[in-house]
Amino acid sequence: MSNKAKKTFPFFSSKLRERAIERLLSLSSYLSILTTILIFFIFLVESIDFFREVSIVEFFTDTKWTPLYKPQHFGILPLLAGTFLTSAIACIFATPIALLTAIYLSQYAKPAFRNLVKPGLEILVGIPTVVYGYFALVMLTPLLKQIIPQIKIFNALSAGLVMGVMILPIISSLSEDAMTAVPKHLKEGALAMGATKFETTLKVVIPAAKSGIIASFILALSRAIGETMIVAIAAGATPNLTLNPLESVQTMTAYIAQVSLGDTPFGSIEYKTVFAVGFLLFLFTLVLNIIGKLLLGWKQEIY
Amino acid sequence: MEARDLLDPEKLKLKVKRRRKIDKIFSLFALFASLLGLLLLFAFFISLIVKGASWLSLSFLLGTPSRFPEKAGILPALVGSFWLIILTAIFSIPLGIGAAIFLEEYSKKNFIARFIQINISNLAGVPSVVYGILGLAVFVRFLALGRSIIAGSLTMSLLVLPIIIIATQEALKMVPKTIREASFSLGASQWQTVRYAVLPVAFPSILTGIILALARAIGETAPLIAIGALSYVAYVPRSPADPFTVLPVQIYTWVSRPQKEFQDLAAAAIIVLLLLFILLNALVVFLRYQSRKRVR
Repeated sequence: MSNKAKKTFPFFSSKLRERAIERLLSLSSYLSILTTILIFFIFLVESIDFFREVSIVEFFTDTKWTPLYKPQHFGILPLLAGTFLTSAIACIFATPIALLTAIYLSQYAKPAFRNLVKPGLEILVGIPTVVYGYFALVMLTPLLKQIIPQIKIFNALSAGLVMGVMILPIISSLSEDAMTAVPKHLKEGALAMGATKFETTLKVVIPAAKSGIIASFILALSRAIGETMIVAIAAGATPNLTLNPLESVQTMTAYIAQVSLGDTPFGSIEYKTVFAVGFLLFLFTLVLNIIGKLLLGWKQEIY
Repeated sequence: MEARDLLDPEKLKLKVKRRRKIDKIFSLFALFASLLGLLLLFAFFISLIVKGASWLSLSFLLGTPSRFPEKAGILPALVGSFWLIILTAIFSIPLGIGAAIFLEEYSKKNFIARFIQINISNLAGVPSVVYGILGLAVFVRFLALGRSIIAGSLTMSLLVLPIIIIATQEALKMVPKTIREASFSLGASQWQTVRYAVLPVAFPSILTGIILALARAIGETAPLIAIGALSYVAYVPRSPADPFTVLPVQIYTWVSRPQKEFQDLAAAAIIVLLLLFILLNALVVFLRYQSRKRVR
């Protein structure tokens, strides 16, 4: 034992000290399991409480969501529609651009260009989402209003598009990793046969990197579903069972934010709705994340 | 391409030319796409500065929120953000590094370790608003901490913990095995090896991960709204038990008001937030540069 260590722990024998440290470190890693258990436990307990008052059938089939005023309706469908609509817009906007980016960076770009653009894009994911919300409401919506006059001030389109900018780097970065990981000999084989880079990318690289690309899309979708501030600011607070992107919609996350900002008394049915909606949101993102991670895990075993 | 085309040199030439052209056009298209995200960002920032810069002043930084936009300031939010980050760092850094050390240096690669690992990577993907609801139930209600800074930073700690753990693990993985073996061969114990051989080498990358995690915490809004951080705080919080607001929540409050002046105030506050954010990211770039120099 070094002198320094002896001074710090004069009472412990070295072995005891080693074991105490290991125990302490292991406890901090078990904290993550505790967190998961807490999430499940709390959401389950409060959701069960909620479903004592509202039937599951009503929750999933009623087409109105009005827990905050009378007559109360507890149909999650409008929130699901809002979540689906904004995430779908984000993905439809982001996926083609992100894939082109990934292709360019992994197949065409010079290393210097790549080393500049890739970290630049990754900054996009880190920007606080409230900033994106501001961009959507204050900058994009007025712009869209000039092109489509009948668009609402709060609308799914603007929120979805800006959310697309946010998730773009998730798709491009992971897809690029997958495309770069395609074995060189496959690519070179195609090029040697006289295929252009475009043909090689389309017929060799993309099929080989398929699972990574799909995983990137799924993980980005999960992020879009869980995103709160952009939709809370720009998509509105009207639960609306519609797939019209020009309408104002409310997502699951935006509903949670709305209730949290109001004076909802603890233990009331409105308070419990937050847990029921939050649990559903948690399950959605959990399933998507697990699928995405599994796909990324399989990637290594294909060849 | 049909077989007899191959025999006709003229047709073949034409085909190859066309295929090359497609390749060229595609690459230009892809180049544009890869710059689009950054161009959009650039356009956003320009208009942000145009709208917000004129509101930036000392009285804006040192003032309190007000009904009158020209008198409004962000001091309580800034101080709140500062408190939040400091406390979050205190809670999450030791736990995060500890967990990562355990998983990388101590635990056997068995079922439980794998389970913890998968669990951590799943926790990193949980939407931030879900952490907010968890914090509301556990810290605000069950532990009766109220809507205080301490409840907020505990919630935020849960959110950044997986990020810190994963970043630290990556940093530890980069440390060459030979360094550990050298330490063991000198008779050092496991902990001595970690403390005096592994951690000093991994330190710069660990620090990078921590700063990025804290940058995330500075910008998070949803979990704090969920635990009920107040949207209007007219005074500067003095202790961790005080109710509080943070910069992003203040921005949200201002953005949500219909008056243009308040939205411009939001733009000014966003500039301040982004400056903090850029400062932290610059620190990361600097640290990376430093550590690269040291390795050489």
